[in-house]
Amino acid sequence: MAKMNMLQAINNALDIAMGEDDTTLCFGEDVGHFGGVFRATNGLQDKYGKLRCFNTPLVEQGIIGFANGLAAQGSRPIAEIQFADYIFPAFDQIVNEAAKFRYRSGNEFDVGKLTIRAPYGGGIAGGLYHSQSPEAYFAHTPGLKVVIPRNPYQAKGLLLASIRDDNPVIFFEPKRLYRASTGEVPIEDYQLPIGKAEVLQAGSDITLLAWGAQMEVLQKAADLAANDGISCEVIDLRSILPWDIETIANSVVKTGRLLVTQEAPLTAGFASEIAATIQQECFLHLESPVERVCGLDTPYPLALEKEYVSDHLKIYEAIKRSINY
Amino acid sequence: MSSELYNDGPVVHKPTFIDGTSIEIPELKILKQDGSTYEGAELPDMDETLALKVYKTLAFHRVLDERMVASQRQGRLSFYMAALGEEAASVGGAAGLKPQDMIMSQYREQGALMFRGFSLENFMNQMFSNEKDLGKGRQMPIHYGSSELNYMTISSPLGTQIPQATGYAYGQKLQGLDEVTLCYFGEGAASEGDFHAGLNMAAVQEAPVIFFCRNNGYAISTPSDEQFRGNGIASRGVGYGIKTLRIDGNDILAVIKATQIARKYALKENAPVLIEAMSYRLGAHSTSDDPSGYRTREEEAKWQANDPILRMKNWLLAQNWWDEEQEKALFEKLREKILAAVKVSEKISKPHIDTLITDVYDVPSIQLKAQLEQVKVHVNKYPEAYPFTAGKF
Ligand SMILES: Cc1ncc(C[n+]2csc(CCOP(=O)(O)OP(=O)(O)O)c2C)c(N)n1
Ligand SMILES: [Mg+2]
Repeated sequence: MAKMNMLQAINNALDIAMGEDDTTLCFGEDVGHFGGVFRATNGLQDKYGKLRCFNTPLVEQGIIGFANGLAAQGSRPIAEIQFADYIFPAFDQIVNEAAKFRYRSGNEFDVGKLTIRAPYGGGIAGGLYHSQSPEAYFAHTPGLKVVIPRNPYQAKGLLLASIRDDNPVIFFEPKRLYRASTGEVPIEDYQLPIGKAEVLQAGSDITLLAWGAQMEVLQKAADLAANDGISCEVIDLRSILPWDIETIANSVVKTGRLLVTQEAPLTAGFASEIAATIQQECFLHLESPVERVCGLDTPYPLALEKEYVSDHLKIYEAIKRSINY
Repeated sequence: MSSELYNDGPVVHKPTFIDGTSIEIPELKILKQDGSTYEGAELPDMDETLALKVYKTLAFHRVLDERMVASQRQGRLSFYMAALGEEAASVGGAAGLKPQDMIMSQYREQGALMFRGFSLENFMNQMFSNEKDLGKGRQMPIHYGSSELNYMTISSPLGTQIPQATGYAYGQKLQGLDEVTLCYFGEGAASEGDFHAGLNMAAVQEAPVIFFCRNNGYAISTPSDEQFRGNGIASRGVGYGIKTLRIDGNDILAVIKATQIARKYALKENAPVLIEAMSYRLGAHSTSDDPSGYRTREEEAKWQANDPILRMKNWLLAQNWWDEEQEKALFEKLREKILAAVKVSEKISKPHIDTLITDVYDVPSIQLKAQLEQVKVHVNKYPEAYPFTAGKF
């Protein structure tokens, strides 16, 4: 075990992946010599050489198109998009190409070895182009997997699983926690399962569900509610696609209430998908409507970020609303 | 399809490569570092008044950058991007245009906006995201914009303004206006797909747009030899069938001359022009960056000797349009004014809570109004958690 922040844990996972397989590559804008603008790939070029860890030209559609080609050829590309906000020039290569490669060829070809890493999320005074949480766009795309870790331990285990998974995976990293979140992380290799939620705190009155950076906020709200004698079951979804319906449904059957929170805007966010599925799975067990605590249906603001975000106080209020319904 | 489009070379009977090195690209230089001009150089159309306006704008730019980088270090400002060493590209570009021409920038071209007269207060209010910011406190510092000054609001996603500039210019042409659009971008952003889309469409649709590439050698940490392998960005203009000029970007006279010529040509011929201005990003990419991780002091020192502002000063001195006393007074006054403006702007309130939902659409939807009401109720319940807006609506 070693104490690591999330960047170190990610760097460590990339190091293990590159060390075990000569066909694994890490590339993207500023990823090579400099080690990425957040330094997630620090030292990898020195260790594995310029052919396997390098800067690309500044072109996201090129980065993912190139990665698709590499993956189809049998290499294992780990492509970095500098900010999730800048993933959209690559939308076609992800949504129409990576996601459909296997299906359209009848499994003659696939890009299952592809992993895309991108820092996402707000809370860094980044305004509308350095704060977005675009997971729902990709969750709407069959053929992709979407994974989001909450802390260094999760980041390493889930990233290694994503790299080795035989499907294209988008790995969104909560950049607000890159250095802020630290914890004990095993030095050795391990994997955490994709598609499996984790119950962090057992409770009996309400199920609280989130992913990524929002887990910290959720826990804070759960602690506030605990002072009022409300017992919260806190769950980290970890994987948006596929998602663990069973764990969530079992919890809601027990508690009778569900609150989902996300950073992204309310309308057509992934929380909506969860609400729809759970009302179907658990209709007769629900004591109150599923609460969604999300960003407003606006672009991500700058000066009024505090007012916009789904913070612990808004979640706390929603917990009480649900309990007192 | 007409074959006159092609300027065919000789017919050959064994495979004969052409390569990038077969294209030689001249670089326009007018002004030497010592303030003298090259023999036979064609000077831009510029009188003493314009020259002094350009110089004062350059000085303002230099001091503003210096003060704002310092303010960021002091924790007063969240973020800043300076243009140290490449101010001539933006100031000179604007100086070669007419005020009615649209400018679409990347982000390091605040000099063009300064030249157009964006006030110090406007700069400050944007950087401090306060209620007087024209952009309503929604974008990170330096994402300026002004419809009054024909300066399109900056967007962080790179390259997006390039095809937009083509469309904007096409509209100007269609309406028969005495206007062009000038589009700035970095040599890094020129790798984006939007660059290809914008230039190719401009050539085909015959749009009066000036593409102005600031080739400053770096895109954050990525040096240009890891960005592209051709002969700079200029060689691409040739491929698109676009009239192309390469210029010394630290030579203010060359920048103004090239922009003036490009404007004339674009308007007269209804055709795009590409200018590649060679320069160097002397400072960090932004206040979040530290270049010592990817380049040497020696490399930086080489370019420090090419300071575009000092070069223009030397020229003004040689014209007897400027003296050292004026120089000293100007810089002192600028420092004072800017410092005072920081102190005012940082104290101005943040935008009103209602601006959370305005401008998403022309009018806020019923759902958005309901969401805003919920936020207001919540802020009233926990006023201490939302100090910018609590008690202000
Ligand atoms: C689509 C997109 N991808 C990545 C970024 C992150 N980014 C911001 S500036 C920059 C480098 C741009 O370099 P260049 O175009 O040469 O301009 P310079 O900074 O040198 O003025 C990068 C990669 C972005 N803003 N937009
Ligand atoms: Mg550059």
